Amino acid sequence: MLCISYNFIHYVKPSLELPGLFSVVRMRIASSADSSSNNSRSQMIMADSGSSDEVAVICNTDITSTESENNLINTMVERGTALLKKMEISVAEADKRTGKNTVNMQETYTVYLIETRPAESVSEEGTPAAPDTLWRRYSEFELLRTYLLVTYPYIIVPPLPEKRAEFVWHKLSADNLDPDFVERRRVGLENFLLRLASHPVLSNDNIFFLFLTEEKGWREAVLETGFQDKADSRLKSLSAMFRVKNPDKRFTALKHYSEDLSTVISQLLRIRARVADRLYGVYKVHANYGRVFSEWSAIEKEMGDGLQSAGHHMDTYAASIDDILEEEEHYADQLKEYLFYTEAVRSVCRKHELIQYELEMAAQDLSYKKQQKEELETGTVRIFSLKGMTSKLFGQETQEQRESKVAALEQSIQEGEDALKEKNAESQEFVEKAWNDIERFNEQKEKDLREALISYAIMQISMCKKGIQVWSNAKECFNKM
Amino acid sequence: MSVGAPRGLASSGQKLITEILHPLSAAEEPLSPGPDVTISAEKDKEPGLTNGTPVEISSPASASVLLSRLQLDGDPEADAHDPFGSGEPRDLFVTVDDPKKHVSTMETYITYRVSTKTTRIEFDLPEYSVRRRYQDFDWLRIKLEDSQPTHLVPPLPEKFVMKGVVDRFSEEFVDTRMKALDKFLKRVADHPVLSFNPHLNAFLTAKDLNKRQGLALLTKVGESVKNVAGGYKLRARPAEFCAMGEYLDTFSQKLGTIDRIAQRILREQSAEYLTELREYGTVYSTWAGSEEQLQRPLEGVAGCVTTSCGALEDLSDNMSQDFLPVLREYILYIESMKNVLRKRDQVQAEYEGRLEAAVLRKQEDRTPIPVEVEKCQDKVECFNADLKADWERWQRNKRQDFKQLLTGMADKNISYYEKSQAAWESLITLLQEKQTEDKTSETN
Repeated sequence: MLCISYNFIHYVKPSLELPGLFSVVRMRIASSADSSSNNSRSQMIMADSGSSDEVAVICNTDITSTESENNLINTMVERGTALLKKMEISVAEADKRTGKNTVNMQETYTVYLIETRPAESVSEEGTPAAPDTLWRRYSEFELLRTYLLVTYPYIIVPPLPEKRAEFVWHKLSADNLDPDFVERRRVGLENFLLRLASHPVLSNDNIFFLFLTEEKGWREAVLETGFQDKADSRLKSLSAMFRVKNPDKRFTALKHYSEDLSTVISQLLRIRARVADRLYGVYKVHANYGRVFSEWSAIEKEMGDGLQSAGHHMDTYAASIDDILEEEEHYADQLKEYLFYTEAVRSVCRKHELIQYELEMAAQDLSYKKQQKEELETGTVRIFSLKGMTSKLFGQETQEQRESKVAALEQSIQEGEDALKEKNAESQEFVEKAWNDIERFNEQKEKDLREALISYAIMQISMCKKGIQVWSNAKECFNKM
Repeated sequence: MSVGAPRGLASSGQKLITEILHPLSAAEEPLSPGPDVTISAEKDKEPGLTNGTPVEISSPASASVLLSRLQLDGDPEADAHDPFGSGEPRDLFVTVDDPKKHVSTMETYITYRVSTKTTRIEFDLPEYSVRRRYQDFDWLRIKLEDSQPTHLVPPLPEKFVMKGVVDRFSEEFVDTRMKALDKFLKRVADHPVLSFNPHLNAFLTAKDLNKRQGLALLTKVGESVKNVAGGYKLRARPAEFCAMGEYLDTFSQKLGTIDRIAQRILREQSAEYLTELREYGTVYSTWAGSEEQLQRPLEGVAGCVTTSCGALEDLSDNMSQDFLPVLREYILYIESMKNVLRKRDQVQAEYEGRLEAAVLRKQEDRTPIPVEVEKCQDKVECFNADLKADWERWQRNKRQDFKQLLTGMADKNISYYEKSQAAWESLITLLQEKQTEDKTSETN
């Protein structure tokens, strides 16, 4: 088994022009999806969008699935992490299990199949080699993430897909066992793993590697790292109400930005769900036209045929909204990922605040001790202390007593200076590592969100084309009336 | 019948029509005699086409003028679906346009310009332009119904409007009503019998349409007399008229359903969906405010959403102003047609009743069948013939009207999607330009 050490790798910008990670993930989904590939279309124009001369050649929107598969392999290999150079990762399936939980109750839960395969592996026949597989449930993903959060507090750790469906429009199920929800979660979990695998720091983590390769004994391995102790410190940083005297402006700005982003994306998701609801209603009402045209055609002679066929087109129109909105869910998922990312950003900021606070405390403590020593040496009492007062009232100390106190203080001061130096170094290292990752994150965010917007625009265009097609067909029928 | 002195228009008397000034025509110049009359109802001098049609510049009703201009120029499509069915050339063209508000101490109301062009000898002049208000149209319709009870008279838009619910003077309402009045008049003018009705002539030509208050009362009395006289029971309605009645019932039902569906779509699309969509667009703008690199793309998305909102508004306006009124008008049309069918039943019932009574009397004391009974028989046969002819015409017109209505609806929907698509496509170009920009700067 390979031993992977903690190496700090600077993120290398790919020298080729590549689509962002999102397109990697989406294309991956496209190639691994089976018959009901309802969430894989975001970058591809709908096949039934009408006459071929209408299909605008807009950059990477008319990629076929074989092309995208190749793109994927190229992208992953060029991505720059050692892990992805070695292996392909996917979450291929979801399944239901029943078992006894910790309180000995029967429960049904979903497990996900993780497939790993050596990169660019091809057997003699030319088909890809069989992958290694193992099953994981959602709680194990959560454990992995918690471990990473604690172990790399300066890293913006990629978020997991939501545990429960939120921001749903009414037709979409909020049930965790609903097959559509499970499918979307499978996609989200795969995305999570790929984000980890392409991260310059996290991809080298051993526990992550074991998560992908060792089904049994993984939990124990995680616990053995002793991350629980650090977990307490992290909790402290998240919940504490401490005041930092000299906050780092960059971190403050970042914290505010992530709060704003979180608010605005939540708003967007909520309204989008309402818009989807309304649009669904409007489309479905058109089916009533279908019915009434059909009934009307029964009493007409020459107009009958035209009306009848127009009615069919109205039915088609009403039915088309289901696919349209399901595709849009993918866009919502992309937004949700960044909504959850803001949490990770905020926790890095808060961790920094804690370090800064501890640094300030250490400095403060040191200067207090130094002052004490100065007072003892010069005899002036500037700092009120009960001891000092009582010694003034009830007589001075002896020379030996004073000297031993000074010695003790000098020792303490030395320790304090060492501690301060250590804390300073810790803080500097944290800031350096954190800003590295923040810059990487910002670039990733810009790229991903821009692509998400492009794919959203493509979805809208596709919806418009479908609408034009249906109404044109209906118009032809009306003309024949 | 001399058209120069139609019945019921005492004021036109012996004066030349051209010399009578309508009280509402203060802004209009009096008509000058002559074959090449140019009608200038506006304060500005309007240029006219070579055939004398005034060119609309500022009127909001240019659509109907356009339509009538097309008819004058011989629109091939209109000829192909000649409602006459007999290939006869049209010689009477009417248009309703140019709504104007009139405020007096007693009331405020709207008048419309009614323009006529004709070559018929029943008219003194080839062109006329008068101003009429809704009341006048209503008067005309009642007169037509009374004087030609065996024919289908087209309906008028609804008379009563709930004040406070609908603004009777809003541009949309006036425009919708005007289009319906125009349609009404055109249908009458196209009818081979109704268009020769003297009341129509008066309506189109008289400067002062004196409707004589007493007439309204007389009309009501006349109707009730007919009803009392029609206390006969109908024996056997001919199959074709049964079929007509059934057809009308079902058709009316279906139209009502379509009306409800269209209203529901209108409400859900233009009120509820549109509201949410607008808010959706604003959130993208808000988001753009806190971003740097993503600001332009996000603003772009907000812009596309706004464009879609605008396009949606256009679609909704169209549906409520063009589609729904025409639909409702047909429902009214059907109601008036059912009335005519009922009248026909009454006439037949009367004849049957009288015939039966006469036959019985003949059997008793050999009294010959009175002439009145034969007249009744004539009445029935005329009525049936008129009705059948009108029915055919009505079916043809209906087919045309609905073809136009529904293709119009399809067109508006297509236009909405086209506008939206164009906006999103230009956004993609923008976004992808930026992408390639960034990539080239990266590799440099």
